[in-house]
Amino acid sequence: MDIAIFYIAAIVAVGAAVMMILQRNPVASVLYLIVSLIAQAVLFVQLKALFVGALLVIVYAGAILVLFLFVIVLLNLRGEKFASKKPLFDRASKITLAVLLFLEFVILIKEMAFPQRMDELMVQSSPDFGGVRPVATLLYTKYLYPFELTSILLLVAIVGAVIMAKREKSDEGDI
Amino acid sequence: MVPMPHYLIVSALLFSIGIAGVILSRNLIIMFMSIELMLNSANLAIITFSRFLNLMDGHVFVFLVMAVAAAEAAVGLALIITIFRNRGTIDADKFNLLKW
Repeated sequence: MDIAIFYIAAIVAVGAAVMMILQRNPVASVLYLIVSLIAQAVLFVQLKALFVGALLVIVYAGAILVLFLFVIVLLNLRGEKFASKKPLFDRASKITLAVLLFLEFVILIKEMAFPQRMDELMVQSSPDFGGVRPVATLLYTKYLYPFELTSILLLVAIVGAVIMAKREKSDEGDI
Repeated sequence: MVPMPHYLIVSALLFSIGIAGVILSRNLIIMFMSIELMLNSANLAIITFSRFLNLMDGHVFVFLVMAVAAAEAAVGLALIITIFRNRGTIDADKFNLLKW
């Protein structure tokens, strides 16, 4: 049962990701990415990361990708013409590079020394592993300063986004 | 119970697809979404290790990575809007001012 859920979620996640990069229409691409992210959230929940899995659906699929959709609608790309297809050699070499990277990962994972006692560790995990309370306790004690620094990062990002996307007035347009 | 390498292989596959999307696509928005996909595949690997080592610290790291991804999305989309306003296109092949 467990392994069936894993395979279904993994195939959906990978298939939707492949469809995402093959789409011409960016809106369809965003929708495929949402499908892929929800399948990845299933994998997260299977790994008992309940809080982070919920966060993935809410923050990524719900907020960030809606932002992408807004920008696509705002840009009005209907008349956008992309140059004709690149030569076959160019595309084939790029795909070969990606496949080689994947093979490197596979070799890395195969050669990696997994600790022998991993199965014991799995058995003794507490029942609320990955729940809201234990993660929040870690976040507000051990990782308090990184968490607070995140707020500064988000503030800088907001200010930067507003300044960059602002329409410059003609008399102060020196940036 | 699904063995650990299975999850890592899925993560590696998603990362490679993200790389392929960045180097193959000419649409800036699709390139940007591929970067988001790569960030998420790294998250999947972190969550896998955190589960199999029985340490919850990985969940906090994923939380922080999501915050970075949100900040990156906001700034990147603002950049795309500015580029589109100045050049009238988001075709990555047409931005060749720095090409020698």
